[in-house]
Amino acid sequence: MSEPLSYLGVALARPKVGFFELSSCEGCQLQLLNNEATLLDFLNLVEIVNFREGMSERGDNYDIAFVEGSVTRKDEITRLTEIRKNAKILVALGSCACFGGVNQLKNRFRDLDWVKKEVYGDFPIETMEVHPLADFVQVDLSIFGCPIKKEEVERIVTDLVVGKTVRHPEYPVCMECKANENICLFELGEPCLGPVTRAGCDAWCTSNRRGCWGCRGPAEGANLKQLEKIMHTYGFDREIILDRLECFGGFASFTQTAPTQDKKSPARRKKS
Amino acid sequence: MIFKVFKKQELARLHELLAVNIVVGPVVKGKDRNGKPLYDFDVVYDFNELALDYTQTVHSPKRFVLPYHETLSTFAVSRDGWEKHVDLNVYRPLVFFGMHACDINALNKLDLVLAQSTYPNPYYMGKRKNLFIIGIDCNPEPQCFCRSMGTDSAIHGFDLFLTDLGDGYFAEILSATAFDLLNQISCKDPSAKDLALYKQATNGKNKHYTAKVETSDLTKILDLEFESPAWDAWGEKCLSCGTCANVCPTCYCYGVEEHVDLDLTHASKTKSLHSCNLIDFAKVAGGHNFRPTSASRLKYRYYHKHRGFVEAFEESLCVGCGRCGAACLADITPPEVIASVRGKE
Ligand code: SF4
Ligand code: SF4
Ligand code: SF4
Ligand code: SF4
Ligand code: SF4
Repeated sequence: MSEPLSYLGVALARPKVGFFELSSCEGCQLQLLNNEATLLDFLNLVEIVNFREGMSERGDNYDIAFVEGSVTRKDEITRLTEIRKNAKILVALGSCACFGGVNQLKNRFRDLDWVKKEVYGDFPIETMEVHPLADFVQVDLSIFGCPIKKEEVERIVTDLVVGKTVRHPEYPVCMECKANENICLFELGEPCLGPVTRAGCDAWCTSNRRGCWGCRGPAEGANLKQLEKIMHTYGFDREIILDRLECFGGFASFTQTAPTQDKKSPARRKKS
Repeated sequence: MIFKVFKKQELARLHELLAVNIVVGPVVKGKDRNGKPLYDFDVVYDFNELALDYTQTVHSPKRFVLPYHETLSTFAVSRDGWEKHVDLNVYRPLVFFGMHACDINALNKLDLVLAQSTYPNPYYMGKRKNLFIIGIDCNPEPQCFCRSMGTDSAIHGFDLFLTDLGDGYFAEILSATAFDLLNQISCKDPSAKDLALYKQATNGKNKHYTAKVETSDLTKILDLEFESPAWDAWGEKCLSCGTCANVCPTCYCYGVEEHVDLDLTHASKTKSLHSCNLIDFAKVAGGHNFRPTSASRLKYRYYHKHRGFVEAFEESLCVGCGRCGAACLADITPPEVIASVRGKE
């Protein structure tokens, strides 16, 4: 563990990393602990100073902060600002941190008090509408996915340690789906957001015969207009498209401008 | 060329003789939303799995010679250097049982670039040289325009080509291996009746081509229509998804990535097939993208196939299988794209 790191004889610094969670299911952090086969190598590559999911000691001296979850309470803004101050690199880990994630579904309702009552009953919790990290602090790197793919995080961390540029695919999921020789789900009569969603998951869902829900957010230059036409051609109505586009928050800039008239329930929350 | 005929039941015996190798052939993968069977190539273990009367496979046979992802080399990295290991990823000879003319021609086109060029690609060559190909006749689907591209019959690039005569098969033998193989099953020389049936089959097929691409002077027209507004119109529909290139039997563009393992003692170089339609395809170091619009990328795919390649090799890099158009969710098909650029007749 304490042997100095090197690659091709070049000494490398072992970065101190911290893992933090705001409002989330902690599934992304769990993903990291999931693969026992590579866990020891991963732990050798970095020095973990803060990881509630995996250890009990805490430290505030870290180079890279991985922040999971979205911001939905005032005190989380304070914590996030604090983390940002301590970290050289702040990484948004998973779709909640990147886009608000499943949590931001509550932003769809006009009446947040009604939502709170439905969820928490008579034990209300002070929450506000859901925000991604980037609404409050500068995010240096995003790792998309709900949940993240452990292999991708391992690759990104290795690249950071050896000093390689971290790169995300800009193209959509279809590219990976077809490289896996899947029959297109539209052909089988199911809707899919693959044509507009950023790849990188190796077409995780569609390779298991589930349509994509867009958890990694939009591909660069995503052609939403054409997706709408495709959905229409294959007989899926707007509600189905919107349900999917709104699920993880990555498509917020598209859905907020979408006309709302044929959306029946729940009442869509308009930006006022 | 040597021709033979044999009874249908002999085909199972042929398969049995070849089954010591890996056999790949068309199989049914499911049904589409309208109940039509969907076919693809896959490894076949049982003769009865083979769907030799298939219409067209969704994906091309490409991946068996050009895998979507392929590790080119691995490295053992130590403090004072590295050791490189190269594996061409060729395991056993592969038998293709039932390939249509378009796909045979597609492999011949890939050869021009990957096998017969100044720097042949050893990963491709290793797999290509170890193929035994049994071709089979087909019935044109509505999307097939192979006839326009001159790829509706296969002249070379196979070992054996079968045409269904009803009771039996008419076999065209092109290699010594195929000849030896047919000696091990019961077959005979074609009779005058067999010949008549063969001609009938071929002539019958010719009536069924519906899709068409006009290729006369196409390189010149493409040259002149570089700024045609038609490209923008198609670009607006295009999802830049790369599906067309992935299903195409002749698209061979790729990217190479280096990957360092988590333990820092191993690394690898992986090649992945790419598509010129992808937004990151033309992005270069420093972040500049010299084909930033979907229209310019889509146009480039057509220029490579129908202009650049023709000028270099005097034939097109498209075999007219129509898979790209059939798979494109935005309904972008070569016959329509090319017609729109050519303008009205
Ligand atoms: S199933 Fe989805 S991801 Fe796959 S090709 Fe079809 S639309 Fe694209
Ligand atoms: S297929 Fe879509 S929903 Fe599934 S993991 Fe990939 S991006 Fe997320
Ligand atoms: S493209 Fe031509 S050769 Fe290929 S399946 Fe269609 S008709 Fe047959
Ligand atoms: S032409 Fe069709 S299949 Fe090809 S990238 Fe564009 S949308 Fe995808
Ligand atoms: S460009 Fe389309 S029609 Fe031509 S060979 Fe490729 S997939 Fe077939």
